[in-house]
Amino acid sequence: MKRAMLFFALAALSAGTRADRLPMPADAPPAFKAECGSCHLAFPPALLAADDWRQIMGRLDKHYGDNAALDEATRRQLEDFLAKNAGTGRRVARPAILAGELPRLTFTDRFRKKHDEVPASTWQDQRVGSPAHCAACHTQAEQGSYRERELRVPGMAGKRHDHD
Amino acid sequence: MQRSLFLMALMSPAAFGPAMADTPRQLGEAYSAAAGAAYQASARRGADFYARKFGVSEKLASCAACHTDQPAQSGQHVITHKAIKPLAPNANAERFTDPAKVEKWFKRNCREVVGRECSPGEKADFIAFVTEGR
Ligand code: HEC
Ligand code: HEC
Ligand code: HEC
Repeated sequence: MKRAMLFFALAALSAGTRADRLPMPADAPPAFKAECGSCHLAFPPALLAADDWRQIMGRLDKHYGDNAALDEATRRQLEDFLAKNAGTGRRVARPAILAGELPRLTFTDRFRKKHDEVPASTWQDQRVGSPAHCAACHTQAEQGSYRERELRVPGMAGKRHDHD
Repeated sequence: MQRSLFLMALMSPAAFGPAMADTPRQLGEAYSAAAGAAYQASARRGADFYARKFGVSEKLASCAACHTDQPAQSGQHVITHKAIKPLAPNANAERFTDPAKVEKWFKRNCREVVGRECSPGEKADFIAFVTEGR
């Protein structure tokens, strides 16, 4: 009995830490997808550190060239949610950023390493447009799934399900 | 028969919910009224506003930059490249039914594209144009 419980605990743990699954945390308020998922994917909170999220949430009116301002109650609710579910340690390490710039999960060492085989021409492809456009390649990104067999990378030969 | 209709009305959240949804027309009329008693919304002025390049932001040059020059078509965010559902209620019935959502997006997009908030008259014209749905 105890062994079985340990086994389940381990299985749950490894499922939770699989690199190709970034499920939405169960405590995500509806406003997270509604507000942070309207201009781009509602990014998985685990891909940035708590301090990074606070910095982003502290200046939503100047948001990467756009305006994502929210009423204060919603802003605080989402900041708390993001900080609580943020990543830690090496998973979110990134080079220092210039003063005045906002942190990007696409600039983390981990993101770079996972994507080092993507050629420059693919990032510039009209169908991709930006590294933050996860769903351009990860067809199940909205569902938090980044498995290799779900990839469909525009202009990248050799990746399964390439649609060129 | 009449009883079952009555029941259906009772069960329909749209009919009895606390946040009763507005129609695009009601929203347009509310903005017209806020623009002044004599204000007549104009789809032509709205079309001009929709396509105008305000010269405030290079990337976010006009409303059409993300919403395309046809409000009934799907658009694409010029920076993130995420798809945006059509603005025209004819093509997307959810549009202009939630006053708080409409006001929030007018506020954001007008500041970025026009460089200031839009006036009630501009909003009424905009809605008159996009609800034409072509
Ligand atoms: C009005 C549109 C809009 C809304 C709403 C919005 N964003 Fe963004 N966001 C952008 C744009 C534009 C970028 C830049 C994307 C790019 O460079 O490809 C961006 C980028 C980001 C990035 C960096 C992505 C990267 O490159 O690593 C993060 C993180 C982010 N947003 C978080 C949020 C959060 C959290 C919310 C909700 C509070 C939010 N966004 C709401 C428009 C928006
Ligand atoms: C241009 C296409 C493209 C875009 C855009 C893109 N990815 Fe990827 N991603 C890839 C490729 C290719 C791989 C490598 C897959 C492999 O070899 O297993 C990958 C791998 C990953 C992995 C690792 C999966 C694993 O098996 O370890 C994660 C997580 C991931 N991407 C998340 C993201 C997120 C989050 C975004 C948006 C912020 C994003 N990706 C944007 C193409 C892309
Ligand atoms: C940078 C891209 C971008 C530009 C430029 C832009 N919008 Fe939008 N707009 C969006 C996005 C993203 C949404 C919300 C996404 C959704 O609901 O599908 C939106 C939604 C809206 C809505 C909400 C309608 C509803 O009922 O859901 C209105 C109104 C609106 N925009 C008006 C404007 C006006 C007016 C302009 C020009 C002054 C403009 N937009 C320019 C990206 C843009």
